[in-house]
Amino acid sequence: MKDPNDVVEMLEITKSFPGVIALEDVDFVLRKGEIHALVGENGAGKSTLIKILTGVEQPDKGTIELDGKLVHVRSPQHSQELGISTVYQEVNLCTNISVAENIMLGREPRRFGSIHWQKMNEMAQHAIDRLNIDVDVTKPLGDYSIAIQQMVAITRALEVLSAKVLILDEPTSSLDIQETNLLFDVMRKLKNEGIGIIFITHFLDQVYQIADRITVLRNGKLVGTYEASTLPRFELVAKMLGRSLIELDAMVKEKSQEEEARDKQLLVEAKELGLTGTLEPVDLQLNANEVLGIAGLLGSGRTEMASLIFGVAAPDNGSLIVDGEKVSKFSPLESLKRGVALCPEDRKAEGVVGNLTIRENIILALQARYGWFKFIPPQRQNEIANKYIELLGIVTPSPEQLVKNLSGGNQQKVILARWLATNPKVLILDEPTRGIDVGAKTEIQKLVMQLAEEGKSCVFISSELEEVIRVSDRVAVLRDRSKVAEYAGDVDEKILIQAMAGEV
Amino acid sequence: MKQTAFLKKIRESQLFWPLVAWALILIFNAIVAPGFFKLGIIEDPVYGKRLYGNLVDIFNNGAPLMLVAIGMTLVIATGGVDLSVGAVIAISAAMGAVLINPALGNQLITNEILTRNATNTPLPLIILANLAAGTLCGVWNGLLVARVKIQPMVATLILMVAGRGIAQLITNGQIMTIYYTPYFWFGNGYILGLPVSIYIVALVLLLAWLLVRKTAIGLFIESVGINAKSTYYSGINEKNVKMLAYTFCGFCGAIAGLILSSYVHSADGNNNGLNYELDAILAVVMGGTLMTGGRFSMLASVIGAVVIWTFTVTVYSLGVPANALLAAKAVLVLLVILLYSDYSRRLTNRLFERRGSQHDRAN
Amino acid sequence: MIERIKTFVVRHGALLLTLVIFLSVYFVGGRLYPAMQKPQVFFNLFINDSSLLLVSIGMTMVILSGGGGIDLSVGGVIALVSTASAALLRGGASPFIVLPLMIVLGVALGGLMGWMIQSLKVQPFIATLMGLFFTRGMAYIISLTSVTITNDVYRTFALTPIHIPFISRAYIYPTTLVGPIMLIVAIYLSFFTRFGRTIYAMGNNEQSALLMGLPVARTKILVYAFSGLCSALAGIVFSMSLLAGYGQFATGMELDAIASVVIGGTSLSGGVGNVIGTLFGVLIHGTIVSILQFNGTLSSWWTRIGVGVLTLIAIGIQSIFSLKTKRS
Repeated sequence: MKDPNDVVEMLEITKSFPGVIALEDVDFVLRKGEIHALVGENGAGKSTLIKILTGVEQPDKGTIELDGKLVHVRSPQHSQELGISTVYQEVNLCTNISVAENIMLGREPRRFGSIHWQKMNEMAQHAIDRLNIDVDVTKPLGDYSIAIQQMVAITRALEVLSAKVLILDEPTSSLDIQETNLLFDVMRKLKNEGIGIIFITHFLDQVYQIADRITVLRNGKLVGTYEASTLPRFELVAKMLGRSLIELDAMVKEKSQEEEARDKQLLVEAKELGLTGTLEPVDLQLNANEVLGIAGLLGSGRTEMASLIFGVAAPDNGSLIVDGEKVSKFSPLESLKRGVALCPEDRKAEGVVGNLTIRENIILALQARYGWFKFIPPQRQNEIANKYIELLGIVTPSPEQLVKNLSGGNQQKVILARWLATNPKVLILDEPTRGIDVGAKTEIQKLVMQLAEEGKSCVFISSELEEVIRVSDRVAVLRDRSKVAEYAGDVDEKILIQAMAGEV
Repeated sequence: MKQTAFLKKIRESQLFWPLVAWALILIFNAIVAPGFFKLGIIEDPVYGKRLYGNLVDIFNNGAPLMLVAIGMTLVIATGGVDLSVGAVIAISAAMGAVLINPALGNQLITNEILTRNATNTPLPLIILANLAAGTLCGVWNGLLVARVKIQPMVATLILMVAGRGIAQLITNGQIMTIYYTPYFWFGNGYILGLPVSIYIVALVLLLAWLLVRKTAIGLFIESVGINAKSTYYSGINEKNVKMLAYTFCGFCGAIAGLILSSYVHSADGNNNGLNYELDAILAVVMGGTLMTGGRFSMLASVIGAVVIWTFTVTVYSLGVPANALLAAKAVLVLLVILLYSDYSRRLTNRLFERRGSQHDRAN
Repeated sequence: MIERIKTFVVRHGALLLTLVIFLSVYFVGGRLYPAMQKPQVFFNLFINDSSLLLVSIGMTMVILSGGGGIDLSVGGVIALVSTASAALLRGGASPFIVLPLMIVLGVALGGLMGWMIQSLKVQPFIATLMGLFFTRGMAYIISLTSVTITNDVYRTFALTPIHIPFISRAYIYPTTLVGPIMLIVAIYLSFFTRFGRTIYAMGNNEQSALLMGLPVARTKILVYAFSGLCSALAGIVFSMSLLAGYGQFATGMELDAIASVVIGGTSLSGGVGNVIGTLFGVLIHGTIVSILQFNGTLSSWWTRIGVGVLTLIAIGIQSIFSLKTKRS
């Protein structure tokens, strides 16, 4: 059933890695001259699908057809030769050489064996003018914004590689509105020339602005492919988040009357807290004995807000008051001393110290608070480590295992243990259950609620609405880097989705 | 079963490979030149009965390198490097010499000025000044790397280049001979038959061990070297950790300078500690500490330094002309490279993991 | 108009700064010692520092290629080339065989180190350290003492002055020309060949360069071979100028080279800088030495301090510049 309008047809793509099924029987079709959005939350399988299409990974099962012909994409180099080009969020060009070189290098025109600069500049200028953007190709790439750099990357893909298929992976994450519109103009122009564009993004507004069709993935499976014009936004979000296929113990949140009536002690207050370009000014209250859930899609500003409260970044607007004191110095150590802890989202870059043992990773923050000279005695270290290994169910033969050898889920638990060990008053958890098995997810949720019961204030950031609602006493919704709503913990999922989709 | 676990532990210890390297050289000597190991007791006119032999020389002459290796280990563990240690040795040596015998300007050193038992400054003060000079250099390096955020290689290169000039400045460009006999004790003295310098190295190693393993400092250093960002997120001030590492390295350089100038009875701004940084880095690499930072073992680096010196003394005692030593050292570097390359790691893993025990997977 | 000047200054700021420093230092020298104002003094810079210029050119390319690129072996290669040449010539070999042989030697050694760095993934520091030990070590083995070169061809090259037209009593030697010629070659390579542009790209972002399809592996090996070539030429020039081969030639020259490169505006992380800046870095080094020579009383160790201080200043300014450009 070959449709001549299809440029790429991927059928029954299946791929698994040790311990996780990344993709299961996924079909994906890209037509010529269309902009096709690929959406899904973390772990949905988007990046794996693209990696297979671009030859970075090989599928366990399934076929790929390009222009009706069966192909086997061996490598990224090969995929480029086939006419499939990818432009990533981190622009894979070199900022110290000129725009023209970034476009032409590799196919640069020569004269008597040396680079013919004049011709190269002309060709590059011509190519970039094709996209209707105003760029001086003789200037270094680094002189231009990320937006323009992406255009240059696109130009290279088209010029040097005669791409038929252009994959744009989260291209607008670093762009402002004007730059995004510029990108979209270019995309529309290319679409009209018959190039098929795969647009991966988590900004739903933009999906509706530019895409013709939308493919939704969830948990490695294809949810469906839809015409953008006929799929309401609310339904899209619902499909992305979906009904969790995982069965959890039925946990009914019991809110006693007394609890509701009790005056919650305010531990942290953010007043108009914001950072230009990262987070719009936000008001937030964190109370003891309470779990505040933060709902919002990826990119809505959740992590950024957590970073500001924890002090990794300093705000340039508003103030933060912890335990009645206004925070003047923003640093993780300061927060730690005040009893505020953050279990970060990117555990690999910001959490795990891979070559240290589990024990060392767990006691690290606690030790940081004690300082250089009050060394936690080895016996006590072992006690603490073992306590949390048991509590969180960390799978390991001993506390002396190197953390880098653990599975992702276990690593996450170690980082969580690190912060629990500091006995914080306020514990911010950014996607704590991501990549963790079913049983552990439940345990962590129970733990969070228990901690709140014991008097702590917990902030629970997650993409899984079910668990957010289950665990939280209150839920705040973030969208497009600002806080748009706040609800009581028994809010209906539908309302949350609406708020996230912007339909409230 | 228990035996393999025990053997595994030994094999995985950072001390293993440098000890193997040392053992290989010693075995080589045992076969080719057993006279190498001759130890005797002689009666030294000044210091009384003492041990004598190649092995003693290795530790006595190698003491400065061992000290520098200790300091360099911490710096490299934080992910940096200190190229200035040779210059620090020169500076500290110069400090010592000058305080004993300040020959101002071009004043000739006459017999009235020199006597074997006179010094212009009391010995404790000299030692203090010596150590202070080196430590200050370390602080300087630490500031450049941690606060100004200059790359370690460049930052320490500055002192490496300018430092010798500073050493010359202190001694007014002269090579100063030291006549003050109590000063000689550090490099030439013996306690219970063993060289004083060994005791100094042992003491420094002990103090350093206490500093990094009995406090949280060692953990923080390793953490910073492995993943500086995660370390920061955990509330640790990596700037201060780095400052400490470089300061300590300067301190070690100072002591090394003290011993060295004491041993050769002089301070030579141009030649003291020449190329020590290269040997020190080699010793640390041989000791298994990665140049990218992380887990470290000062003892392993000291063994690495011992390996280098044993190698050197072996080459000499074999009658290989002195001029061939450097080329031989190149072979040593090559061996270290091969020893720690991916190939050999895989090879040894395959040789020892035949029982199918859990093979570490890089995540 | 003002805009264009501003962009030019920002773009080439580091280079302009180095030029300004050079001119300032030279000017100060001329003021302090009127004898320094003679034109020959300027040409002496090239005569005396021709070896340093050559190795610095090679060093620049290696550092530009990034990845912690450095070549510690340069001084050793000079020593080896000088002693090997001297020994061969003394044994009766023809200079027309010796000279090409030395060049092949330098290229081969450089290529070998480059291969170790690229394929065995050895840190450049360690690999070239080994190169240093090996080359200088071999030089010592060949001859521990200085060996004089009496060969006529060498003597001609060393002693025939070439008079500079239009400037009276100004001359250079044939060997002096090698440095500037290699500089032109390096400029050509840097700006007009794929090899050079790949070096810059790699230095900025090796991953990107790979993804762009540039021949990163090959270039890495070749750049070290090029440095080996420069070192070999430096060794030839050195042995010709001094008409001797000696194992202790050029000790510490790698440091002076690195300092010259850094002062010239090239960043140790790669991708930023060029050989023209290095030229001025070398000239600054030479000027400081000249000033000291004219002073006569200050010893050479002031050069060391001077170079150290200048390196510090240069880096300080480099970082201010990069901060400014980041903000704009």
